[in-house]
Amino acid sequence: MKKRLLIAGLGAAVASLVLPGVASAAPLADTVAEKASELDMVWVAVACVLVFLMQAGFMFLEIGFSRQKNVGTGVAKILINLAIVTIAWWAIGYGVAEGGGNKIFGDTGFFFHFNQTIGSGSEAFQVAGGDSMLMLYGLAFCAVSLAIVWGTTLERIKFGAYVIYAIVFGAVIYPLIAHAVWGGGLLSDIGGKPVMDFAGSSVVHLTGAVGALAALLLLGPRIGKYDADGKPRAIPGHSMPLVGLGVIILWIGWFGFNGGSTFETSASFFGEVMLNTQLAAAAGVIGASIAVYMKSRTLDVGMAGNGAIAGLVGITAPSGFVEYWAAPIIGLVAGFIVVYAVLAIDRLLDDPVGALSAHGLAGIWGTLAVGIFASPRLIVEGAGPGIWYGIFGDESLGTAFGQLGVQGLAVAFTFVVVFAISIATFALIKATIGLRVPAEEEDAGLDISSHGMYGYPEQFIPQPEYSTGLPTTLHRGGVPVAAPAPAQMTATEPTSGGLSA
Amino acid sequence: MKKIEAFIRHEAFEPIRAELLDKGFPSLSIIEAKGSGRQKGIVERYRGSTLTVNVRPKLKLEVVVEDKDRDLVVETILKHARTGEVGDGKIFVLPVEEAIRIRTGEDGQSVLQLHEESEIPT
Repeated sequence: MKKRLLIAGLGAAVASLVLPGVASAAPLADTVAEKASELDMVWVAVACVLVFLMQAGFMFLEIGFSRQKNVGTGVAKILINLAIVTIAWWAIGYGVAEGGGNKIFGDTGFFFHFNQTIGSGSEAFQVAGGDSMLMLYGLAFCAVSLAIVWGTTLERIKFGAYVIYAIVFGAVIYPLIAHAVWGGGLLSDIGGKPVMDFAGSSVVHLTGAVGALAALLLLGPRIGKYDADGKPRAIPGHSMPLVGLGVIILWIGWFGFNGGSTFETSASFFGEVMLNTQLAAAAGVIGASIAVYMKSRTLDVGMAGNGAIAGLVGITAPSGFVEYWAAPIIGLVAGFIVVYAVLAIDRLLDDPVGALSAHGLAGIWGTLAVGIFASPRLIVEGAGPGIWYGIFGDESLGTAFGQLGVQGLAVAFTFVVVFAISIATFALIKATIGLRVPAEEEDAGLDISSHGMYGYPEQFIPQPEYSTGLPTTLHRGGVPVAAPAPAQMTATEPTSGGLSA
Repeated sequence: MKKIEAFIRHEAFEPIRAELLDKGFPSLSIIEAKGSGRQKGIVERYRGSTLTVNVRPKLKLEVVVEDKDRDLVVETILKHARTGEVGDGKIFVLPVEEAIRIRTGEDGQSVLQLHEESEIPT
């Protein structure tokens, strides 16, 4: 809704620049505004592709953190979830999130189609190409949020749970939160102040992490995670290179996630957002690396990756509202948070990839960081600047604390709503088809037990030795090496008798 | 001296190792083995076709002990490796002719003993 108004406003602004009274001016101004709007949509399209690429990031991250017997299921999960959430968002979710309506949910835009009327009153519009682009971009965010949910459930959840929860998540849970903050709902006007969540530290990341918490509470830890005394044991993932690949893909995708949330190209503001994103991610890696080194005297590879993700999640909400100097601070703090949180949570809950810490706690931090660091230059109309500018600047501290309170309210609202619906959904799944595979299937691995095939077959199926018959010709560096002389061969086989005897 | 070779399920290894360590048998080896017994093979489905793998992954546990410790080790393995289902594996006990510690060259049963605390580098 807001995005559309923004684009229309931009068009009007461009039109007003052109002098009136010149005969050809009006059509020219229209053309310029139209092209500007189309240019905006091209940027959103590029950003949208980057955000969809993040699915590959989640896939590699989770597979790398899993054991070899649970890798194929990670691929299947990403594909099936992306497919289901797409249909759910198109049929219902988009309407609930963006379809005008009341403060709680939208009521138009279901089964999204061309020329459909969405919204009501003065805000109503007919669906055209640009709206389709924005609808698709919204779906990419919903899919990211859903992908976060499963980080805590690896290596033991029943595949059916993915399917059922994905429908509920894509149609109801994520759309309700998105509507509250971005669709003109409850959180877009709290006592005159809107929640400032630029690209979704709470809307996308905290939402996903709270779903992950609900699933984990009903699912329990993997077999062997805790010893008889309840002490946690490491279950190392099978591939740090895959984890690294996942982190880098997510990092790159985040430029579309945050940068694209400008929805426009005017003044190339997306450049500011992207630089903030990079600064925070870098600081996240540094923060997590320092923290884990202080804690364990080793530079943990997985934690460095978690630090990058935490920095990125932390800057997601503030990326469009803070100055460059604040971004590294936000990222650094997020990096520290993720390490200490992973270590603390591990004592109680089995979260194989650290989703609760990297997306949940860093998401809360990011949402609150807006209330601390938001620059008066960049805040949205009606909102208060960060308390930093109240303490060290001339801004009113009262307004600033008011905004911080509003940000806190967004965190609380997101947590309560998402947790309530998610725990109910997972409880229902547990009571009907079951949430967890039997112990023997968990031991054998989900690849063979749920999917009937191994993700890495050669690790499990013996391979015959390759033989060309006699005599063997050795190859080194592509150049054939002469076979050993016959005399030597017989010397190693004394029983054959022969030439050298 | 006896060598005890046990083919066991993967998940049985950790409790066996813990108890053997507890009872003073820290020296053991495991080998990732694939084999078949009465347990059926695994049917793998790949892009619509099936493939039967007639061997299953097991662990082969090897421990060499003095004759008097034979029963203790065998009982420990039985205790943790038995689920009652087909596929629990088998234990073989073999006589061992000689044991030599490579570092010192010493031989005989003494190489099977636990090290004195002072001997173990930290």
